[in-house]
Amino acid sequence: MNNNPRKKRAENMAYRSMKDTTLLRIFVLPVIILLIVMNVFPLFWSLVLSFSDYSAKKTTNWGVNPEMIGTENYSQILSDPKMWNRFITTAKFVLLSVGLQMILGFGIALLLHQVKFFGKGFLTTLLILPMTMSPVIVGIMWKLFYNPNYGMFNMLLGLGKIDWTTDPNFNLFGVVIADVWMWTPFVMLLSIAGLSAVPQYLYEAAEIDRASWWYKFSRITMPMVYPLLLVALIFRTMEAFKIFDVVMGITGRGTTAPQLLSMYLYNVGFVTWQTSYGSALGYIMLIMIIAITSIFIKYLNRAKQ
Amino acid sequence: MGEIVKKKRNIRRYFVIFIIVILTVVYMVPLLYIVNTSFKSWSDVQQVPPTFTFKPSIAAYIRIFTARVVYSSGNQPTQEEIDQMKWYERLVYEETGEKIVRMGDLPRRYLNSVVIAVASTVLTIILGTIAAYGFSRFKIRGKDDLLFFILSTRMLPPVVVIIPVFLMFRTLNMTDSHLTLILLYTAFNVSFAVWVLKGFIDEIPIEYEEAAMVDGYTRFQAFRKIVLPQATTGIAATAVFCFIFAWNEYAFALVLSRRVSQTVPAWLPYQMGVLGYDWAAAAAGTFLFLIPAMIFTIILRNHLVRGITFGAIRK
Repeated sequence: MNNNPRKKRAENMAYRSMKDTTLLRIFVLPVIILLIVMNVFPLFWSLVLSFSDYSAKKTTNWGVNPEMIGTENYSQILSDPKMWNRFITTAKFVLLSVGLQMILGFGIALLLHQVKFFGKGFLTTLLILPMTMSPVIVGIMWKLFYNPNYGMFNMLLGLGKIDWTTDPNFNLFGVVIADVWMWTPFVMLLSIAGLSAVPQYLYEAAEIDRASWWYKFSRITMPMVYPLLLVALIFRTMEAFKIFDVVMGITGRGTTAPQLLSMYLYNVGFVTWQTSYGSALGYIMLIMIIAITSIFIKYLNRAKQ
Repeated sequence: MGEIVKKKRNIRRYFVIFIIVILTVVYMVPLLYIVNTSFKSWSDVQQVPPTFTFKPSIAAYIRIFTARVVYSSGNQPTQEEIDQMKWYERLVYEETGEKIVRMGDLPRRYLNSVVIAVASTVLTIILGTIAAYGFSRFKIRGKDDLLFFILSTRMLPPVVVIIPVFLMFRTLNMTDSHLTLILLYTAFNVSFAVWVLKGFIDEIPIEYEEAAMVDGYTRFQAFRKIVLPQATTGIAATAVFCFIFAWNEYAFALVLSRRVSQTVPAWLPYQMGVLGYDWAAAAAGTFLFLIPAMIFTIILRNHLVRGITFGAIRK
């Protein structure tokens, strides 16, 4: 079954003494316990709450607050016509933002991969800086940059007095631009890693056959980079679906903010204090995220084969 | 013939480099705007449309660090009093006519951010390293399932768990304590740390430990004296990542900190209402907060791909 002698030896060693098993428990258990207390337990609590009508603002009194009301929260959410607007706005945001990030990130990576020059490392580092900035602070930065009077965004692009932060026709795009600015480097970085993993001899062989640029791109580059692009797509879609920080930085949580699911969840949970309703919405979002990711992962597994 | 092809290639090469440089410059514009604005004087900030040319002034940085009151009209300082002012007091007075009354809220918030990020990073690294070692070297029943469970906790959107987490800490009466955020960030980061560190420890040949244990080291000694020194680079890179995550986190800090343990990301957006008119101070606060993350990113640049893919891609 296991023919690797190195692995076998390690396993024998692991079972050599009681001490090792004790050590193992001391080593691994703290993490497991921490994760159960901080993640699994709250998740179950939230599931129970989602079937009740609890509000965290009122005093807890079992039977009255929370009172178990079954699936009423869920049916209320799914039958709320305004809710569909929020779903559509969120989907619009995810498609626009992730789509632009993928195109721009991969495009810049292709450019960077083509040439070697002095200072390339420096420029690449500059390009990845936004990625590790605090999303909410990036939001504030863009809020300042967008301001029709004191900001420079409109001025530099010659756009007149568009208000990208409070005008409901534009502020979703305001958030998209900031999010694309912040996360394009993520796609770029993964694409560069994928591109540099393509063996050079494939291109040389294609060169001998006088293959066209498009042929090389579609038959050599794309198939090799595709799995990594898919990884980037999975990460970005998940993150974009639950976007919260950047929006809070740019528009705040007020009524003029874009009607995104996570913004609504925050308002429901911590402004109007409909705790149970919020928990149910959280669960719906969680199920959606799991569904979307598992579809992508299926493609990823197929691509890997 | 060859010459022409070469020349053509060279032109193309310079063209690509030119585009990359332009792109990078365009990409840096929002950041440059913030830096530029933060160094503008009070009168320069007020200009509509905004201008590029200005005389640098650090008054905005003094304003973001202090709480001030406006001198009432009947209570203007005399020339003698102005002469006796400290340089930063005079600078603020000359620009906005305000009097510094005490230190502002920022230093305290900044300190909170540092304390919480550092403490949670240390805790994450301790827990993460030993667990990663356990997963790397021992045979554990259902190891893959456990590792997947650990990873899946990281994928949970904070907005989904934030309601029950808030209720939990409220029951414990810990809605405004450093410990709350330290524990939360540790739980949030530890899954990441275990995955990345396991990758680093897997790369260390097991033979070294075996040899040491034949020589009479106990398992723990072998871990401490053989594995840890070799994993230093990996541990350092992971620590920097954990620090950046904790430093940047917003949603938990927004809900679970008020006055005592509030971090800068939770404080600054709220402060924007107050600073609303003071563009330069807001930009100064933003820039000051971004500096540590930028420095760490530059240090980390070679490990970045490995980090953002949870150790899946080793470059």
